[in-house]
Amino acid sequence: MKTAFILSASLAIHAAIVANESEIESLDRAIGDGDHYINMKRGTETVAGMYNELLPLPADEALNKIGIKLLSTIGGASGPLFASFFMGMAKVIKQNDGNNPLEIAAAFAAGVQNIMQRGKADLGEKTMLDVLIPVSTTFTLSAAESKNMAEICSAIKLAADSGLESTRNLIATKGRAAGLGERAIGHLDAGAKSCQVMVYAVCDLLIKGKN
Amino acid sequence: MKKFINNVDNLLVESLSGFASAHSDLVTLHLEPTYLTRKNASKSTPKNKVAIISGGGSGHEPLHAGYIGFGMLDAACPGHVFTSPTPDQMLTAAEAVHADMGVLFIVKNYAGDVMNFEMAAEMLPFENATVLTSDDCAVINSTYTTGRRGVAGTMIIEKCVGSLAETGANLAACKALGDKVNQRTASIGVALTSCTVPAAGRPTFDIADTEIEMGVGIHGEPGRRRETMREADAIVNDCVDAILADFKARNIHLNSEALLLINGFGATPLMELYLIYNTAAKLFHNHGVKISRSLVGNYVTALDMAGTSITLCLLDDEIKQHWDSPVHTAALRWGM
Repeated sequence: MKTAFILSASLAIHAAIVANESEIESLDRAIGDGDHYINMKRGTETVAGMYNELLPLPADEALNKIGIKLLSTIGGASGPLFASFFMGMAKVIKQNDGNNPLEIAAAFAAGVQNIMQRGKADLGEKTMLDVLIPVSTTFTLSAAESKNMAEICSAIKLAADSGLESTRNLIATKGRAAGLGERAIGHLDAGAKSCQVMVYAVCDLLIKGKN
Repeated sequence: MKKFINNVDNLLVESLSGFASAHSDLVTLHLEPTYLTRKNASKSTPKNKVAIISGGGSGHEPLHAGYIGFGMLDAACPGHVFTSPTPDQMLTAAEAVHADMGVLFIVKNYAGDVMNFEMAAEMLPFENATVLTSDDCAVINSTYTTGRRGVAGTMIIEKCVGSLAETGANLAACKALGDKVNQRTASIGVALTSCTVPAAGRPTFDIADTEIEMGVGIHGEPGRRRETMREADAIVNDCVDAILADFKARNIHLNSEALLLINGFGATPLMELYLIYNTAAKLFHNHGVKISRSLVGNYVTALDMAGTSITLCLLDDEIKQHWDSPVHTAALRWGM
């Protein structure tokens, strides 16, 4: 995995979060407390601003620095969760270099595993994990079938969509909507939405690069 | 949105700077990372004391920085509005105020606060413990595994634990008292209007003039249910019933003295808060609870939300002693 790609991805992620401001914000106002978009924007903006600092570093060090920086800039639940994701990913990339889709999928899976541990959450709790877990599973499976990156990305985008949609009819058992009970039903989870947006941004970058 | 703001990005630092300068006899503000300590913490903190540190999203003023001072907190870490502070703030604050007897974090039970304080606790190079506050009885269903939220009762816990720490009690004793007060405290909030997060610029939720949000949290996050606006006594009656039911469900006997805290969320006048106190105290009295301590005012707010929370803390001799003991902070001062 190349540091330059991580940095292009971080710019694409920031642009995508900003482009989806109104949808992310209205979801969070419906069943959250209205700060999710602001926190995501602050986090992605900070990482985008680290471009020159990170460019000369090996990929694992860049990922780890992103994690540490997010831990001290986002706050809220998203801070520790995304920080854990990048630190988990960095650990695997340090060992396998992320030279092919399967190795990158392994790193992504380690990141998602870290989020599950830190948040003590799993699939079906109306959180970002309802997007990230299916995305990770699909990534690993399609990479194992030695599909090319564009095919893998198309599969991942579908998994992100259905994962996001799955949060609509869930009762939240984790996160800020957890006190709402059945009132959360019918609303998409804002954290799942921002993850779907970010997954799309990275996939579209990869698909564009391959064509 | 109509608020006193210059630039929304500078709101927090400008406000904290004002707070620190208005209370320069009590606190010192540190930036990058942001935390506040008692004035001249390193020089004046006695070396025989557990350091009591709290923190959380901003927008709940005077919580937590308003409770820094003798008899309460040693330091506080304010996050962005309604957003948990970050581990580097807690680590730097702990480094600044710890005095060889360990650090006790007082943390409201919200996912973000819990995770950030947890990471700080894991990285902290010295003895520490955490009291998780969870007094909000609006969150009833035990299947909601995030659990009860920490709301206005948090300031009672900070007062009692802070008092005990001044006596030189050890970390385990401070944590035990915090857990006990938390267990003997129940709160429920009701909102008449939404609040507006400055950076978002519009109300967090829509609510009609004829509606109230029962069981609202201190971030304007929706509560148990939306109800029709009624006269004050009917609303207070429902709140009191919810608190009584909560103690009953937890098998905690009510036949003791109690502290009744009527807290304003930021936009409800004291005139109304005292009316609420009048009714709530009578209702509790009818159920055999003797209200022997009281506090009425804006102590744990939710920006500009109109509404109130009612908190009942069941006293025993130890809790009463530490509630009554001298305290000198920006927002709470008596006995000295």
